[in-house]
Amino acid sequence: MPASAPNEPALDLSPSPGDDVRTTTCYMCACRCGIKVWLRNGKIRYLQGNPTHPVNRGVICAKGAAGIMQHYSPARLTKPLLRVGERGSGEFREIEWDEALGIATGWLKPVRERNPDELAFFTGRDQSQALTGWWAQQFGTVNYAAHGGFCSVNMAAGGLYTLGGSFWEFGEPDWEHTRYLMLWGVAEDHDSNPLKLGLGRLKERGAKIVAVNPVRTGYGAIADEWIGIRPGTDGLFAFALIHELLRMDRIDLDYLVRYADAHWLVMRDPGGAGDGLFARDAEGRPLCWDRDAGAPAPADATGISPVVAGEYTLPDGRSAVPVFQLVAERYLDPQYSPEAVAERCGIPAATIGRIARELAVAAFENPVRLPIAWTDAWGRGHDEMVGRPVAMHAMRGISAHSNGFHTCRALHLLQLLLGAVDTPGSFRFQPPYPKPVPPPNRPGSRRREDGSLDAPPLGFVHGPEDLLVDAEGRPRRIDHAFSWSYPLAAHGMLHTVIRNAHAGDPYRIDTLMMFMANMSWNSAMNTRETMQWLTDRDADGEYRIPRIIYSDAYASEMVAYADLVLPDTTYLERFDAISLLDRPISDADGAADAIRHPVFDPATQPAADGRARDVRGFQSVLLELGARLGLPGMVDAAGAPAYRDYADYIVRHERAPGVGLLAGWRGAEGDAHGKGAPNPLQLQRYIEHGGYWREEIPEHARYFKMANRGYLQWARGMGFVGAADAIALQLYAEPLQRFRLAAQGHGDRLPPAAHRGRVETYFDPLPLWYEPFESAQTAAAQPDERSGNTGGDPGTGDPAALPPGGDSPHPYPLHAITQRPMFMYHAWGSQNAWLRQIASRNWLYLHPETGARHGVGDGDWVELESHHGRITVQARLAANVQPDTVWTWNAIGKRRGAWGLSGEAPEATRGFLLNHLISDLTPRADYANADPVTGQAAWFDLRVRLRPAADADDRSRPQFAPLPVAAATDAPLRYGGGLRQPPDGDRAP
Amino acid sequence: MTALPPPSPKKLGLVIDLDTCVGCHACATSCKEWNAGGIAGPLVDEQPYGKEPLGVWLNRVHSYEVAADDADGSAAEAASAAQPALTLHFPRSCLHCETPACVTVCPTGASYKRAADGIVLVDEDKCIGCKLCSWACPYGAREYSEVDGVMKKCTLCVDRIYNEHLDESERVPACVQACPTRARHFGDLGDPDSDVSKLVAERQGVALMPELGYRPVNRYLPPRPRRAGEDAEAAGTPARADTAPTPLHWLNRILRR
Amino acid sequence: MHPALSVIFFTTLSGAGYGLLAWLGLSVLLLHARADVMPVLYPLQLWALLLGLALSTAGLLSSLAHLGRPLRAWRALSQWRTSWLSREGLLALATALPALALGVLLLWAPAGPERAIALGACGLLLTTLALATVACTAMIYASLPPIPAWRHPLVVPVYLLFALLTGLALLFWLMVLLLPPAGPGAAMPATLTAVGALLLACKWLYWREIDRQGLPAARGDAVGLPGRQVDVFERPHTEASFVTREMAFTVARRHALRLRLLAAALLLVAPAAAWLLAATAAFPAAPLLGATAAALLGAAFVERWLFFAQARHVVTLYY
Ligand SMILES: Nc1nc2c(c(=O)[nH]1)N[C@H]1C(S)=C(S)[C@@H](COP(=O)(O)OP(=O)(O)OC[C@H]3O[C@@H](n4cnc5c(=O)[nH]c(N)nc54)[C@H](O)[C@@H]3O)O[C@H]1N2
Ligand SMILES: Nc1nc2c(c(=O)[nH]1)N[C@H]1C(S)=C(S)[C@@H](COP(=O)(O)OP(=O)(O)OC[C@H]3O[C@@H](n4cnc5c(=O)[nH]c(N)nc54)[C@H](O)[C@@H]3O)O[C@H]1N2
Ligand code: SF4
Ligand code: SF4
Ligand code: SF4
Ligand code: SF4
Ligand code: SF4
Ligand SMILES: [Mo]
Repeated sequence: MPASAPNEPALDLSPSPGDDVRTTTCYMCACRCGIKVWLRNGKIRYLQGNPTHPVNRGVICAKGAAGIMQHYSPARLTKPLLRVGERGSGEFREIEWDEALGIATGWLKPVRERNPDELAFFTGRDQSQALTGWWAQQFGTVNYAAHGGFCSVNMAAGGLYTLGGSFWEFGEPDWEHTRYLMLWGVAEDHDSNPLKLGLGRLKERGAKIVAVNPVRTGYGAIADEWIGIRPGTDGLFAFALIHELLRMDRIDLDYLVRYADAHWLVMRDPGGAGDGLFARDAEGRPLCWDRDAGAPAPADATGISPVVAGEYTLPDGRSAVPVFQLVAERYLDPQYSPEAVAERCGIPAATIGRIARELAVAAFENPVRLPIAWTDAWGRGHDEMVGRPVAMHAMRGISAHSNGFHTCRALHLLQLLLGAVDTPGSFRFQPPYPKPVPPPNRPGSRRREDGSLDAPPLGFVHGPEDLLVDAEGRPRRIDHAFSWSYPLAAHGMLHTVIRNAHAGDPYRIDTLMMFMANMSWNSAMNTRETMQWLTDRDADGEYRIPRIIYSDAYASEMVAYADLVLPDTTYLERFDAISLLDRPISDADGAADAIRHPVFDPATQPAADGRARDVRGFQSVLLELGARLGLPGMVDAAGAPAYRDYADYIVRHERAPGVGLLAGWRGAEGDAHGKGAPNPLQLQRYIEHGGYWREEIPEHARYFKMANRGYLQWARGMGFVGAADAIALQLYAEPLQRFRLAAQGHGDRLPPAAHRGRVETYFDPLPLWYEPFESAQTAAAQPDERSGNTGGDPGTGDPAALPPGGDSPHPYPLHAITQRPMFMYHAWGSQNAWLRQIASRNWLYLHPETGARHGVGDGDWVELESHHGRITVQARLAANVQPDTVWTWNAIGKRRGAWGLSGEAPEATRGFLLNHLISDLTPRADYANADPVTGQAAWFDLRVRLRPAADADDRSRPQFAPLPVAAATDAPLRYGGGLRQPPDGDRAP
Repeated sequence: MTALPPPSPKKLGLVIDLDTCVGCHACATSCKEWNAGGIAGPLVDEQPYGKEPLGVWLNRVHSYEVAADDADGSAAEAASAAQPALTLHFPRSCLHCETPACVTVCPTGASYKRAADGIVLVDEDKCIGCKLCSWACPYGAREYSEVDGVMKKCTLCVDRIYNEHLDESERVPACVQACPTRARHFGDLGDPDSDVSKLVAERQGVALMPELGYRPVNRYLPPRPRRAGEDAEAAGTPARADTAPTPLHWLNRILRR
Repeated sequence: MHPALSVIFFTTLSGAGYGLLAWLGLSVLLLHARADVMPVLYPLQLWALLLGLALSTAGLLSSLAHLGRPLRAWRALSQWRTSWLSREGLLALATALPALALGVLLLWAPAGPERAIALGACGLLLTTLALATVACTAMIYASLPPIPAWRHPLVVPVYLLFALLTGLALLFWLMVLLLPPAGPGAAMPATLTAVGALLLACKWLYWREIDRQGLPAARGDAVGLPGRQVDVFERPHTEASFVTREMAFTVARRHALRLRLLAAALLLVAPAAAWLLAATAAFPAAPLLGATAAALLGAAFVERWLFFAQARHVVTLYY
């Protein structure tokens, strides 16, 4: 250590960073990085990334590093609250926990006895679905969901019904080997630190990064190439790439017949009950045509020579064609040529052609060869692993559209044709994925003797028989998930619950219980009406949604709408399990899970006003509530609580024999991993190991996981898959065809007439593209129909007959989208004294040409109007955007009075939400503003028009009545003042 | 002592890779939290929950649009859509200049440049809060705390980089440790053999506004030329059939499984 | 640059004070041997001394208000080898010595050749130090490379001229108050008009040049991409920061022009009008010169405000 020069002040260059350090998991967002929390004098001195942690390897993001301000936020709740004023007025009385739990029990007990479905339990940004889903199952309600339905279920379902895995944080590009990465519609993503680490690595390695995104910020800023696509047209772009690859015959057919269904035979029997289903043998095994034998053979047989083109007649006389034949037929069609899609996508045809060539070159001219011997699922040895160094990653820019499911499938199709799924250099699965396609677990639907459901409420529908519909085909769930309207709604539909509960569609519920979801504000579509539905009363004066229980940790906009508020802890005050049963933190080379454990006891962490906080971890509260209700699994034979608290549950609860929330250090001795008996010292082990557990996949098992014997056996040992059978990737989604057949009148479960056209159209077993509903329907609703529009039926009918894109005038000519800012997490970052200094307000960004066209200059206030509403906001001009697209940062706008902010905080006076413009229904009001297959909320379908604001007064509009939550003081914050060593000396107070 | 020490062979500083920076602000907030409780702390925030939040930050991240130019081949493609060639994220903190007027203008000796490693610091116990040093810094690297009445600036995390309580590998500035893309590098730019010096040589790292004569130590690595227009031809472009094949094209393809 | 009132008061008042002291020193130097006239001048000299010290002290005190830690101001004297602010502080203190000595000599020293020599020496020192102090004040600004408008070669002369002009105006005012009327009443305003004109000419030249002068670097240079055109997309913070408040102050062009005209009017038209009045009507000289001095101080104040408000700092390239 260099000494200070004599004339320099003596510095302590080696101050102790703290008197204690704890290693736990961050929850400033759902990325779940490992953090080290340095403490000094009982306060947080510093939060840093944990260098050994598999997720973030020592790095930390802007939010994570600002965790101090979250933990000490003045907006933290302090005590259970019981509503005393009108709902929505924010008037509460503080009560004790015993009373709170007593009230909740009193509300829920009769519900469970009467009809458990009258409880709708919806959780938001939570990571406890392994518990909350199980709790709902034990309660017996089908009405449970987490946030995926309004988030990215298209991405999840599109992947799981194609690859048995998906993007999200369930897969990753091969950062070490890929040479060409395409990022589709990603601003930040859940896996944000791993993505950033990976992008940094690609840059170092000189790989090419292509960002497909209407806006060029963040990751797009560092990409080698930015494709400023028109929102909602990625499917077409992908088809054009596929078209080009087919034309160049740059298709990895060897890969496709080995690992996918390219050679599987699809029956051709128009009008028949089996049309479009795979030809199967008597044991139900899919068939292919073996060229050598000139006869059908089981598609997974080895030693055969399958064909991928032609039409074949099966011994029983039926005609069948290989899947690849259907793929080639469809995508070679000139309607998908670069020239045909260029204008609509806003991408020059030459660029599309070039990207296709670049993909082909990257994939086929320069394969990656890893000298690693491995054995495939059929027992054949291979000396090396040969892969296609082209990787893709996609997220909400793809999924948050009403055509997102098919677009996501289109991307997977593109990957598969390149042979670029789980090979060296390509997209890779993270354990526990891949799962069989689709995963075997179906949504729970029947109630057992003890009132619990036969399976967790969320799952994967394989055909009409799995839907949750009644005899008339009406939805059985309050959110209409798994109904004919949104059959594959694998994550439920949080965005429809409040409307439907208010409307009693399909029935009235009694209690709405929510956790960690700001559903009256930034996670709601149609915010104004949502607030009204939450407070609306029946003729008899009762609230239409009779009771609302809500758990939040902070004074969010939603708190005001609860009857009973269960205050949660901060993330440094509780146990959490980041479980492989939920959203694991695995990476492609290993399985991992983690915990959070209390760094502080909340009772010692007073509120801003100095009062002790009396808050509890919601998971523990849920278990106690379950025990009070006597729910199966939550009480012992004597009716006493089965678990002391959540920590106890994490350790002792077994989902199946040997399977619990955590996979590490199981077994009585703590030496079993994956499966094993509960280990009472398990949490201790986790704490000693930095809060996480990770098990490496053996080296020979890290690629070709869908058909790598080493991997599949390892995964079976871990309990990730039931059997070590190869998982065939599916270009052709047969479950969709089952729905289509039902719509055509086959089978014993048929869609009601009103839904038939829609199901038949959108349940295409091969990816298709259609114009997003809002765009198509608002155009179609024009009295002055555009020429050439033959009255196609967007949302219910024929997608081919939609109005053309391009330059014909649209009543809402602009697309409006949001992006995640890297430094804020949804609404909950704004209470953070440091993060809000980066952005305490947002602007609407427009291309200067768009501004000029509308007479809007930089800084002008504009009126933005959708078919649903109007907002007044301030505009900024920037050219790094597709000219027909306007955008803003998500969830910066706040309601006045929320989040402990002053009423004049810029978040409320000049910030804004786009959500006020986003309808929760399609323009035609026939369905939710959602994908017709999965129910995914179509946030980014929004179409708008804009004009200079007539009467701008430097305030955004609309403004809502301020919430009466106490604002924090305006006193300066001197965080760290007391931490400095030596003490402050003569510093001002 | 505001007279500059004789040039030291050791010149500690940062190298920031503008090709990799995604503008996430992690370096800014991690800097804030380390230094709030460190030797530069506290970094007071005024109106933290109010109308005009304003706090002291030692590191801030800007975003720019960079117009296309011929040099990187982006002009043609970009011009057609009136698009900028680049969105550039640019973190800005003290550059620990070799001849910084921020030090020499200081009337109290509070601002000084360490003889041993060249780090420019403020001794807050001497600072009178005249703000002259902030006027003298062309890079906006100094921020004044109205509440405490003293000047603050990046310390190059002098209380981390030599800190024996930290693991050797963690003895880097907070911003460097945090940076999720690893776009920030720390080291001795006076030593031509150091990793950072080699990186600067390899990537032609630049000093900001050298014409002002402050001789910054920190270097910025310019964005690599974008490869948008680059053609696959060089690598051997596959041919595109003139007439589209039909699915029967694959009829006779011999495949085995 | 943010025009801080404390600094503007400081430079204006202390400038006038040191200007007055400089004239006082000069007069003492020139007249120290004239035992005949000196006694008549005592009241004037003493009042000038008092006013000069009062103004410079007020200015210095006002400058303390600009400090975050005024109680530590003494530390500002330590870095005279490098810092113009230190030098200014030291010289300001040093100026007080001959000033006080002058007072002592005038009040208590017995007349005689020794006193005359001492007076002469004090006068010389006082003038030199007072003007040097003003020059140091100017150099504080003129030595800052990031603010090209302040690096301009006219900055030091203008500071000196303002000190001399406002000091002279005050001296004249004291003269008409304290001395028996002598000579034609128009000479004083005429002199002020002349100096004002000279100053205005300098200022006009200065304004013209800073209006043309850009910053020494472009935004491309600031972010390490010389030669590229770079536009701001997003700032690091949506609200203000110290840097934007302190260094990115902008004043509307129209507004600035109006203020320049006001400064010009005060600088030239006020003394010229006084001249006219003094020459044509038998206007009482004391209020006339008092008003002129006030107008010139006003001019200095406005000019100083603009000096800050119109100075662009290189850091604005980032915003
Ligand atoms: N316009 C537009 N709207 C969107 C989106 C978009 O892209 N555009 N994105 C959508 C998507 S994908 C999502 S996921 C949603 C997100 O929207 P939300 O899930 O509503 O996210 P937050 O606003 O952060 O709300 C989460 C709530 O959890 C609370 N909370 C935070 N920490 C804790 C804790 O530890 N315990 C408890 N009990 N509560 C806690 C917060 O205080 C907050 O009230 O927004 C959706 N809304
Ligand atoms: N910092 C931070 N991180 C977060 C969150 C957060 O709030 N803050 N939220 C978390 C959550 S809940 C989620 S769901 C994830 C979401 O992570 P992302 O998927 O990255 O979410 P968005 O920011 O909504 O990004 C959507 C991107 O798609 C682009 N886009 C919009 N429409 C289209 C389109 O039609 N085509 C293409 N190609 N692009 C389009 C938008 O410009 C934007 O860049 O982030 C998670 N991580
Ligand atoms: S990415 Fe999320 S989990 Fe990771 S450090 Fe940032 S906020 Fe924490
Ligand atoms: S960047 Fe500014 S504060 Fe840092 S050494 Fe250079 S001049 Fe001084
Ligand atoms: S503000 Fe402090 S550090 Fe800066 S010049 Fe003045 S005394 Fe020196
Ligand atoms: S080196 Fe330290 S003080 Fe300087 S910017 Fe980085 S974190 Fe901040
Ligand atoms: S942390 Fe790294 S990537 Fe993020 S803004 Fe700072 S330098 Fe850029
Ligand atoms: Mo989400």
